[in-house]
Amino acid sequence: MAVYEAQWSVRGIMQRMLPVLVVLTSIELGSGIVLDTFESTLLQYPTLLVLVPVTIGMAGNLGSILAARLSTAVHLGIVSFHPTDDRLAGNAVATVALALTVFPLVGAGAWALQALVGGVRLPFLTVVVVATASGLVLAALAVVVTAVTAYAAYRFELDPDDVVIPVVTNVSDVLGVLVLFGVVRVLV
Amino acid sequence: MTVREVAAEAYRESAPVLVLSAVGGLFAGVVLGGMDAELERVAGLLVLVPALLATRGNVYGSLGGRLGSALHQGLVDPTLSLEDERVNAAVAASLANGVLVSMLSAVLAVGLLTALGRPSAPLATLVAIALLAGVVSGLVLTVAVVSVVFVGYRRGLNPDTLAGPVVTTTGDVVGVATLLVATRIVLALGGG
Repeated sequence: MAVYEAQWSVRGIMQRMLPVLVVLTSIELGSGIVLDTFESTLLQYPTLLVLVPVTIGMAGNLGSILAARLSTAVHLGIVSFHPTDDRLAGNAVATVALALTVFPLVGAGAWALQALVGGVRLPFLTVVVVATASGLVLAALAVVVTAVTAYAAYRFELDPDDVVIPVVTNVSDVLGVLVLFGVVRVLV
Repeated sequence: MTVREVAAEAYRESAPVLVLSAVGGLFAGVVLGGMDAELERVAGLLVLVPALLATRGNVYGSLGGRLGSALHQGLVDPTLSLEDERVNAAVAASLANGVLVSMLSAVLAVGLLTALGRPSAPLATLVAIALLAGVVSGLVLTVAVVSVVFVGYRRGLNPDTLAGPVVTTTGDVVGVATLLVATRIVLALGGG
């Protein structure tokens, strides 16, 4: 019973969560600093500002869904970390396909919503292409990061559920900002 | 299973959640897009955005997960009362963690910006904004997570699959909206 009580005490929960949260927040501040370096572009084109939370969120979601699926597969012992493994390849293909489905919609939605509330300064097609290109690069990166993290957890015998999802979600968040920054640099 | 079957199953299972969270993220983006005046006025506010949004997701996503597991184990009852000690402890710990980490983000952001020689609003302004946004978003997200998980469980839904989408769709919107409100309040009180 004592174990249960420690698990459900305010102090116990805080002690277990805080160190992880501090590390993750420090990583996220890195992407905040990147955002800060292209703040003038974002303020000039508010449509790009609209894309920021959704790009970060979708990158994290793509990564975390893949991570959850691979973690379960590792637990069940039905995946091998080889590029020709059917389950690994199938999930990778699905991640790219999901990005290609959702990100063009996200670009179109961001343009339309910004047109409604504040007027737009970027052409519709530019916003859709920025979102789609970011999504495609992010999907590829999410696959690599997730596969490497899942493999590392497996090799070091860590529970993939504890390690892979938080690491992948937050690394994907940072990559979301970096990729958006790179794509905006090239296309806008 | 072939590659095609695995891919089709993963796509089918994930697409609805992704579309839902895209809608939430877009609304958060519209609020952020309307915040340009505040972002321009409070240097360093944009640095906080990813950290604050991720903290909301990490803290209240984990609260949802914890309550979901506890419901499955029969450790807590799915009734909304203020008397369940386990629920109270989990909520108090999440609120404390969320507020502490938000304030720490503000301190670290000011430190980083100063070290890089970039402009930054006064430490007190950013910490006050982070504190206020952390408390308000924490209260809103706690109510959202606890009620959806409990009500969903009573209706026979799996709380584990509910908590994630609720936090990903509401977390960003609530996170950005409370950041805007907190910034306006702090600026009105003379900060900045």
